[in-house]
Amino acid sequence: MSDATPQNGIYKTDDLIASDIEAYLTVHQHKSLLRFITCGSVDDGKSTLIGRLLYDSKMIFEDQLAALESDSKRMGTQGQDIDFALLVDGLAAEREQGITIDVAYRFFATEKRKFIVVDCPGHEQYTRNMVTGASTADLAVILIDARKGVLVQTRRHSYLVHLLGIRNIVLAVNKMDLIDYDQAKYDAIVAEYTAFARSIGISDFTAMPISGFKGDNITERSVHMPWHAGQPLIAHLETVALDNDADQAKPLRMPVQWVNRPNLDFRGFSGQIATGILRPGDSIRVLPSGKTSTISKIVTLDGELSEAVAGQSVTLCLTDEIDCSRGDVIAAADNPPEVSDQFESTIVWMADEPLIPGRAYYLKLGTQTVSATVQSPKFTINVNNMEHMAAKTLELNAIGVAEILADKPIVFEPYVNNHVLGGYILIDKITNATVAAGMLHFSLRRAQNVHWQATDIGREAHAALKNQKPKILWFTGLSGSGKSTIANEVEKTLNLLNRHTFLLDGDNIRHGLNKDLGFTETDRIENIRRVGEVAKLMADAGLIVLTAFISPFRAERDMVRAMMPEGEFVEIFVDTPLEVAEARDVKGLYKKARAGQLKNFTGIDSPYEPPENPDICVNTVEMSPAEAAEHIVRQLMPLK
Amino acid sequence: MTKSLTHLERLEAEAIHIMREVVAEADKPVMLYSVGKDSAVMLHLARKAFYPSPPPFPLLHIDTSWKFKAMYALREKAACDAGMELLVHQNPEAIARGINPFDHGSLHTDMWKTEGLKQALDAYGFDVAFGGARRDEEKSRAKERIFSFRTATHIWDPKNQRPELWNLYNARKAKAESIRVFPISNWTELDIWQYIHLENIEIVPLYFSAPRPTVTRDGMLLMIDDDRFVLHDGEVPVERSIRFRTLGCYPLTGAVESHAATLPEIIQEMLLTTTSERQGRAIDHDQAASMEKKKQEGYF
Repeated sequence: MSDATPQNGIYKTDDLIASDIEAYLTVHQHKSLLRFITCGSVDDGKSTLIGRLLYDSKMIFEDQLAALESDSKRMGTQGQDIDFALLVDGLAAEREQGITIDVAYRFFATEKRKFIVVDCPGHEQYTRNMVTGASTADLAVILIDARKGVLVQTRRHSYLVHLLGIRNIVLAVNKMDLIDYDQAKYDAIVAEYTAFARSIGISDFTAMPISGFKGDNITERSVHMPWHAGQPLIAHLETVALDNDADQAKPLRMPVQWVNRPNLDFRGFSGQIATGILRPGDSIRVLPSGKTSTISKIVTLDGELSEAVAGQSVTLCLTDEIDCSRGDVIAAADNPPEVSDQFESTIVWMADEPLIPGRAYYLKLGTQTVSATVQSPKFTINVNNMEHMAAKTLELNAIGVAEILADKPIVFEPYVNNHVLGGYILIDKITNATVAAGMLHFSLRRAQNVHWQATDIGREAHAALKNQKPKILWFTGLSGSGKSTIANEVEKTLNLLNRHTFLLDGDNIRHGLNKDLGFTETDRIENIRRVGEVAKLMADAGLIVLTAFISPFRAERDMVRAMMPEGEFVEIFVDTPLEVAEARDVKGLYKKARAGQLKNFTGIDSPYEPPENPDICVNTVEMSPAEAAEHIVRQLMPLK
Repeated sequence: MTKSLTHLERLEAEAIHIMREVVAEADKPVMLYSVGKDSAVMLHLARKAFYPSPPPFPLLHIDTSWKFKAMYALREKAACDAGMELLVHQNPEAIARGINPFDHGSLHTDMWKTEGLKQALDAYGFDVAFGGARRDEEKSRAKERIFSFRTATHIWDPKNQRPELWNLYNARKAKAESIRVFPISNWTELDIWQYIHLENIEIVPLYFSAPRPTVTRDGMLLMIDDDRFVLHDGEVPVERSIRFRTLGCYPLTGAVESHAATLPEIIQEMLLTTTSERQGRAIDHDQAASMEKKKQEGYF
């Protein structure tokens, strides 16, 4: 133990606990809460520092200490000394590998504050984990090994911390004991870091020389470094200003989570206040509708409140019966947030499967969930040197800037102003995995300037004149399954029945509208998107539209289905086994694909995702094209 | 003019936010209720989250038939006070085979709790289950997400957890998959006690010291709660002033000798104590990382 650390810890007023527990409790009920993230690699002594903080705050109990001592001897990374790192590295598999590979949360408290430590890995490929950890932190401790100075990973951590909008940064130059507490070396490291920090837009940080292992400048000023005038780490953590307090000064925003309706006489809106303060009598505006009202009361189990502030979860009532439901945002009437459906955004990709530009993902922002597509990135950012690079997609751990388009308007604010209304996640529609985190920059001007023009003759009028119900008959299946042939038969029958139809055929469309597209996954998605839009316009014109496209991906077929009113999208699965389609090989394409002359061919080197619940299914092994067409038309009846 | 929220106010707001997200997005949520102090806090938070409505989900007790009598007494009352339905499940196979903590060791926990929980979730078709686990309890918990996914066979895969950013929780899942949600993940044992004190939450009297019949066995101080407790040769029940820091099956739950009979006295003892709360639980001592293994198999 270092002489810088008192033997019995300084975090608790032990005397007060023993002598006057009631007084102690009163003090401790008024503690605030600070979440901070520690960034550094295994070698920077990060786990040791966290272990030290827990140990000094007596968060380590005797039984844990006994286990730690036996573990330290068994794992043997610190000789006979207690290896604090073992206390922090949780999961069994990771302990054997000797690295921390996920985000872990630790807790300790001092007289003034409770702390949640987000323990983040410093290992190269884990940008994802650090971004996750940083998203909830008020402060970041960036650890540097004093022997090594500012490394690539220091730059990376600083960039990510800045990207996630953490304003309080501590540069902890660790292992000072190993460089003999040398002030000149410390000053050189701080100077180098200052220059770098300015270059990426970090305007302020607090530097301090420490030793996590020996305990220098952790709880008390180090006797070894009288030349350093600043506070020790704990004192800094105890006094730094909280984001939660700053949020109260901003205009009111509360995303509505849930509408509370116990009976017909009560309608409350529940949510956590993102920013601002609310009081009964305040004028509010509900977004995106823009309707205004006044707060009548704030209801809790313990009675009504006269005020509630950012961070609190509340239920409030309004004086007027206006529409307001989950996903809406209650905001200050005179200072509401923006509403838009097109944005520029920074995106951090977190899934093994790369981004597919144009594919629809769920976007969850606050309590709003919409369908959204990401365009090809404008550039990606190399987190090691902050250089911008051209890219077509985003791979795991990549950070890029791209335009993002939502299928309906969302209430938002730039992330720099409001993390709750500017930060979002993307969710894969098939696997439900969280694939990305994003931070909105601003609404694209074209979204502000392009408005929907209402026309007097609507789709119902078009359809009524044709005496039919518009539909999209979406044929999907492998190449050579018989989609075009069967669709053609179906159209002939419908034509005989005096139906107004149009057949969009895959190959024909690629001769014109889509001749700029190839067969990569991204191009296939754009192909289907355009066909979907064209089919939708034709259905709006009152037509029964038949489309014959391989359309291999479920996500895109579902995207078109979502564009149409319920029941107007009919998915027809032309079910032909690959062997049969390949044996037919009408166009000779399978042969070319097998010979390697044709890339990305569905069924050979590109997947086909069959429909899970097609509206109609025809089996072309058992049915002739005419039989299949007859079966389909029978299923479609009545057509009016 | 800012009003700084205290750490308990922020933890409370976070837990309420989480509970409301689940109710807004889940098909059929349930709250696991073990009658312990963490469950008492969870139930209280649920009442606050949805007031004036009662919490819009039932309570589910996975009963092993070996809980303390005092726990069964409070169970019914707490559910009734909250206006909530109480479901109780006992694994019929464990009943049939007479599985008990004296003869069956870790099989007892496996059959009654792990298997019992899976059976109940499957039988009722619950897709989200609230649990009162905290990250400070045990090392493998420190890395678990607040929304923790289980496969259709209730397996937890610690290597394949969804990233959890800001206060955005992705509650989407495939049919038959389920989510365990831990709203008080960021609370510590001290936070729990302070909150119980501050909010005046009713807890099982066993948490307070009283003279109770005990024996010492395998280094643990066990309370003789009913006549199913078989005394070993040479064991003589001794009346001691004891209390419990956690409550589970009475033959597996170690007591501490104490005279703390009020909440401030309990907190006082806790702050001056030098052992962690799970030390009183036989289940954790099986092997290193035992909890992680149990969780991967489906234990809560």
